[in-house]
Amino acid sequence: MGLHPRLRGGLFGVAGLVLLALVWEVYKTFGPADGVILGGVTVLPRTTDLAMPHLAVMFERLFEPVTGAASALPLWQAVLAGALFTLGLAAVGWLVGVTVGLALALLMQRFRLAESAILPWIILSQTVPLIAIAPLVRRWGAQIQFGEFTWESWMSVALIASYLAFFPVSIGALRGLGSPDSNHVDLMYCYAVGWWKTLWRLRLPASVGYLLPALRLAAVSAVVGSVVAEVSIGLRGGIGRLIVEYAGASGGDPGKPWAPIFGSILVGLVAAGFVGLIGLFLRRFRRGEVSQ
Amino acid sequence: MTNNSMTNTSNTTSNPAVNVRGVGRIFSARKGPGVTALEDVSITVAPGEFVSLIGPSGCGKSTLLRLVADLDTPTSGSIEVFGKPARQARIDQDYGIAFQQAGLLPWRTVAGNIELPLELHGMGKGARRRRAAELIALVGLSDFAANYPDQLSGGMQQRVAIARSLAESPSLLLMDEPFGALDEMTRERMQNELVRICAETQAAVVFVTHSIPEAVFLSNRVVVMSPRPGRIRSIVDVSLGDMAGRSEDLREDEGFFHSLSQVRDLLHGDEAAGVGTPGAGVRGVETR
Repeated sequence: MGLHPRLRGGLFGVAGLVLLALVWEVYKTFGPADGVILGGVTVLPRTTDLAMPHLAVMFERLFEPVTGAASALPLWQAVLAGALFTLGLAAVGWLVGVTVGLALALLMQRFRLAESAILPWIILSQTVPLIAIAPLVRRWGAQIQFGEFTWESWMSVALIASYLAFFPVSIGALRGLGSPDSNHVDLMYCYAVGWWKTLWRLRLPASVGYLLPALRLAAVSAVVGSVVAEVSIGLRGGIGRLIVEYAGASGGDPGKPWAPIFGSILVGLVAAGFVGLIGLFLRRFRRGEVSQ
Repeated sequence: MTNNSMTNTSNTTSNPAVNVRGVGRIFSARKGPGVTALEDVSITVAPGEFVSLIGPSGCGKSTLLRLVADLDTPTSGSIEVFGKPARQARIDQDYGIAFQQAGLLPWRTVAGNIELPLELHGMGKGARRRRAAELIALVGLSDFAANYPDQLSGGMQQRVAIARSLAESPSLLLMDEPFGALDEMTRERMQNELVRICAETQAAVVFVTHSIPEAVFLSNRVVVMSPRPGRIRSIVDVSLGDMAGRSEDLREDEGFFHSLSQVRDLLHGDEAAGVGTPGAGVRGVETR
């Protein structure tokens, strides 16, 4: 096929979506109403309109008002507003996480001692469940107050998002900064340039190939972290809150809970797309290694 | 950078380019006495002189070069480059260096790679451009200035590395098997070019190789080393005239073959005399 590889990738992506929609609708039409039950365990879901609404129902619901109230917005507008709110939180969390992650990686690269001291803690930090730290962060945050500054709930959410985001960045950056081969490091030593110049001219450019996947992972983690933290902290206005709120409506309004789920997918796509954009600007640093 | 090369040349009139005095290097091991890579090595390289270090693997020739470049420090003895300690010479950028791997930065073009040392040492953009263009012409890559290393063949990459080592007009070039990874035909062409470049730049060269013809063709003197511990076995004067007079014809010259067999006998003397580990002495030496 003479198609541009990127275009072809896009086509395959669309084909995958269509296939998923087809499987959904086909199973809904032909699957048993009570689902497939093997030995008392439900292995495939029920196909009632409540459990598996038609795709068309989900999309139609988007353009109807949120509630029966006269002043209610169309559902898609409410979800979009929530998505933007969550995206903002995730972006703050991502920025903080990337900054902290990079700083830790630089520290560990500079001092061998720092690496053996910090690295185990970084890995350990990710074994703490998010649900456990969310109330802690909120409680500690509530006690912070100096001058005009008061800690607000959204900051707790962003902080938790950054807690997930810093991890891949610190690990990816550490690997990337250590990736130049000894040849290049020797050369810089021969040029008698210091650590900072070596960092800027050699280590940072060499780390781009490791850093970009880490940044993308961090972006997606920040989104997931924001959504979960919104729920566990109880912050209003974001997608996480909408997911909980609308789930209650599923009894009489099966299309409604799907709207915030689509919203969170949208946020994830935008976040990953943004990192892809960064990658475009850094294309030069991802050239194949010297072919010797 | 012309200033720099001027000071270097004034240096060269009074001092040898490289002066190695009684140098030893022992790599310490966790257990046991450690490995003696070099023992009591002394050698002097005059300004503008081309000296090759040859010997089997493990004879410490690369270690010696790294010591001169201050990439490593000797356990005993002293090394001076243009009358200064090796460390000072490195800081003053008195030498240019090229390794077996070209070691180009993949995200920089040919011109960008050659400009790297100039950029790091604060040369202005215009001057940098001009100098890089000069060097690219010198190594015959003018059509490839804007290409990236992954678009070049191994020989071309190595030429860029050599151009980069010449960027700051050093009076001393340190080369660690720069043609080791190239095929034989490219290798001979690169040797011819190196001879031409040396005649033009008047730089002294310390050249590590394990190819006997390469050492003889390029050098004024060939230092034959023996392994375990690394020592200088003998130094062969190659009287094939100065760099400007050397050309492809030399490879057919009688003097060339004479020096060739002289070096070869010295290297193989190891086996005949039964010194050291039998059979291990000549491993890694190419006699082609």
